[in-house]
Amino acid sequence: MKRLKNFLFLLAAAPVLAFAAGATVHLDKAPINLSDQESLQRGARMFVNHCLNCHSAGYMRYSRLQDLGLTEDQIKENLLFAAEKPGETMKVGMTKADGKAWFGATPPDLSVISRSRGSDWLYTYLRSFYRDDTRTTGWNNVVFDKVGMPHVLWELQGEMVPVYKKEGEHEVLERLELAKPGSVTLAEYDAMVGDLVNYLEWMGDPAQLQRKQLGIIVLAFLAFFFVVAYYLKKEFWKDIH
Amino acid sequence: MSQEANGQKVDTSKRKFLIAATSAVGGVAAAGVAVPLVMSMLPSARAKAAGAPVEVDISKVEPGMLLTVEWRGKPVWVVNRTKEMLDGLSKIDSQLTDPNSEQPQQPEYCKNATRSIKPEYLVAVGICTHLGCSPSEKLKLGVDSGLGADWPGGFFCPCHGSRFDLAARVFKNVPAPTNLVIPPHQYLSDTRLLIGVDTKGA
Amino acid sequence: MSALQKMMGWVDDRFPLTATYKAHLSEYYAPKNFNFWYFFGSLALLVLVLQIVTGIFLTMNYKPDAELAFASVEYIMRDVDWGWLIRYMHSTGASMFFVVVYLHMFRGLMYGSYRKPRELIWIFGVLIYLALMAEAFLGYLLPWGQMSFWGAQVIVNLFAAVPFIGEDLSIWIRGDYVISDATLNRFFAFHVIALPLVLLGLVVVHLVALHEVGSNNPDGVEIKKNKDPVTHIPLDGIPFHPYYTVKDIVGVIVFLMVFSAILFFGPEMGGYFLEANNFIPADPLKTPQHIAPLWYFTPFYAILRAVPPMFGSQFPGVVAMGMSIVLMFFLPWLDRGKVKSIRYRGPIYKIMLALFVVSFIGLGYLGLLPSTPLLTIAAQVFSVIYFLFFLLMPWYTSIDKTKPEPERVTG
Repeated sequence: MKRLKNFLFLLAAAPVLAFAAGATVHLDKAPINLSDQESLQRGARMFVNHCLNCHSAGYMRYSRLQDLGLTEDQIKENLLFAAEKPGETMKVGMTKADGKAWFGATPPDLSVISRSRGSDWLYTYLRSFYRDDTRTTGWNNVVFDKVGMPHVLWELQGEMVPVYKKEGEHEVLERLELAKPGSVTLAEYDAMVGDLVNYLEWMGDPAQLQRKQLGIIVLAFLAFFFVVAYYLKKEFWKDIH
Repeated sequence: MSQEANGQKVDTSKRKFLIAATSAVGGVAAAGVAVPLVMSMLPSARAKAAGAPVEVDISKVEPGMLLTVEWRGKPVWVVNRTKEMLDGLSKIDSQLTDPNSEQPQQPEYCKNATRSIKPEYLVAVGICTHLGCSPSEKLKLGVDSGLGADWPGGFFCPCHGSRFDLAARVFKNVPAPTNLVIPPHQYLSDTRLLIGVDTKGA
Repeated sequence: MSALQKMMGWVDDRFPLTATYKAHLSEYYAPKNFNFWYFFGSLALLVLVLQIVTGIFLTMNYKPDAELAFASVEYIMRDVDWGWLIRYMHSTGASMFFVVVYLHMFRGLMYGSYRKPRELIWIFGVLIYLALMAEAFLGYLLPWGQMSFWGAQVIVNLFAAVPFIGEDLSIWIRGDYVISDATLNRFFAFHVIALPLVLLGLVVVHLVALHEVGSNNPDGVEIKKNKDPVTHIPLDGIPFHPYYTVKDIVGVIVFLMVFSAILFFGPEMGGYFLEANNFIPADPLKTPQHIAPLWYFTPFYAILRAVPPMFGSQFPGVVAMGMSIVLMFFLPWLDRGKVKSIRYRGPIYKIMLALFVVSFIGLGYLGLLPSTPLLTIAAQVFSVIYFLFFLLMPWYTSIDKTKPEPERVTG
């Protein structure tokens, strides 16, 4: 009966959980443009420099970056810090156990993060860290409350602090304000995160550009096939009508 | 032949043409689906990465020593041949099946007396050309090798007794038909050898 | 005699090749008035073949191991040449199979294709549908994402609701106390060999039964009643080949255009064909915030949730869900109408069928949403309509004012 009770609990809890998730923050639209190779290259560089220290992208091979217009030598010289050969996948030195000990949870693999989270969420998330001294890392996030990840890019963005407003009994987070500027302006930071998320979107399904190009050819071919087959059908069905 | 149907004359040649056209386009469609399926059975990116060129530091290979390197899951030998070993190569031509490397078992730049780029370094795939066993090294000359007093040094395959000399050339009257394969390779510097590609970037 | 004819003669003496070709293609007489709705049978066959072929190639690289499964799918998507195409064909094919089968079944409802003498065709068809649901459910575990894991967890736990033996039954199905490597491995075995064999066998008997009695048509009249006195060919029948082969080719191409549009430009289909949460590897310790089955199961899932627990047991809901499918088997005997086709049915049947379709789609939509008290009531209303469509059918079909069926097919 225990399993049944668990199941009933699941069924009963589903709406509550969904509602908890339903009260989400507005997400900003990520500037995704997969045909912008330069943006993707900048994003790849950001990814390798900032994300790959703790997060892996274990299904992604460095050599695949050639799809973004980089040569093998460029990959070797500029991007290959954590691996020896471009054929290797983007692994991370930190073990799962270390990650759990340091951040409370193992930093997730990012190969397909854009497919599970969505690029808008990632774009908003990376721009929504704020100072929170109650957290061990010193940071909290608007779209991911009590997140284990510190604000890795704070030197770029600077320090954001929350501004609250009263709404009835409760204090509600209204917006974030820049308290200590970082090394770039907020607009520049947004553009950098945009590049990074653009890259993450591409990495979630690196065959997608090729897929869409092929799709046009396939559809054009089928349209032609349709014409031929339609005339064949029409010719034979003359007998019937 | 023409047929009557519902009182209408049937244009047989038009039908034949349309059938042929549809079959042809349909055939292209079927091939279009088949090609990706067949291609998916080629080595994957992972297999290719594992088969990528291997860089070897050969500075620690003393004269008369052998280093085994894995390339595409196969053993590749790097032998630093002594002067004595090299001198012996030309003396045994009559005992060999293909002393002048006529068979395309090596890149063009290794089709020479020593079957190598640098005379002293032999780079060969250590897989017997008979049935794929890996021969044992019998580099020592003469009785010490256990292969008789006239053994000029080389390799001996334990599976079926094929013998190869120090340039990985096959002896006569053994099961293996051809010399051992010399893989594409190049020297990045005096001590750094790259196995798997001949020219940079290829 | 040409060499080809000689060879055919040689084969025919030993195997009924020409006879089979004639019986099922060139001299299988189908009604000449098939419309749009009659494309979906051949399309279902096409998708079945696509699924089997792409499935074979996926198994070449997939690893049915809880440690490796998720990674092996991404390996197919990235490292295997054209692996992404094969995988997306298979995932899109799974959903499109249900699209095609639902439309095929709706055609049967509209034109009374389940009525005498086609009861067995219908029953085999419902069995195919059941096997297909099992096949899809088993296959959905294989990518070993969060939705795979928790979907299987919930569905297998339905069996735990069976009184007395439920707990042991669900453990036996899983081969473990939770969904685990053992479950994945056995689901893989069933998905790649056991159920495909069952499906193929059922498709064969479905077609054999169809070709025994002949196809129904949008007018619901039997073309075999009016045969040419000399040739004994039905007057309203035309040879399946070439007429319906050339017509079905056109249907296949249009279908493939829709299929390709999804496959190449939006294989996730907005999260309905591939769910976002399934790109997170299965984590037995963390349930996703909202779990819903894939869209083709949601009508039944909504019925399950619509039934409140009784006597401290979820079993009534499970029974209701089971009954919603079991009732389909009895359709040939529940329908007492004087005519088969909706064209000659009275207004009551038309209204009931429309309500049924609305309920089915409504339930499917509600099954995707988290349930709230209001939505639960909606689901209960739709569920009642769903069941009344079947249970009241003997009554409303017999009192319905039908129009006279024509002697011959129209149009």
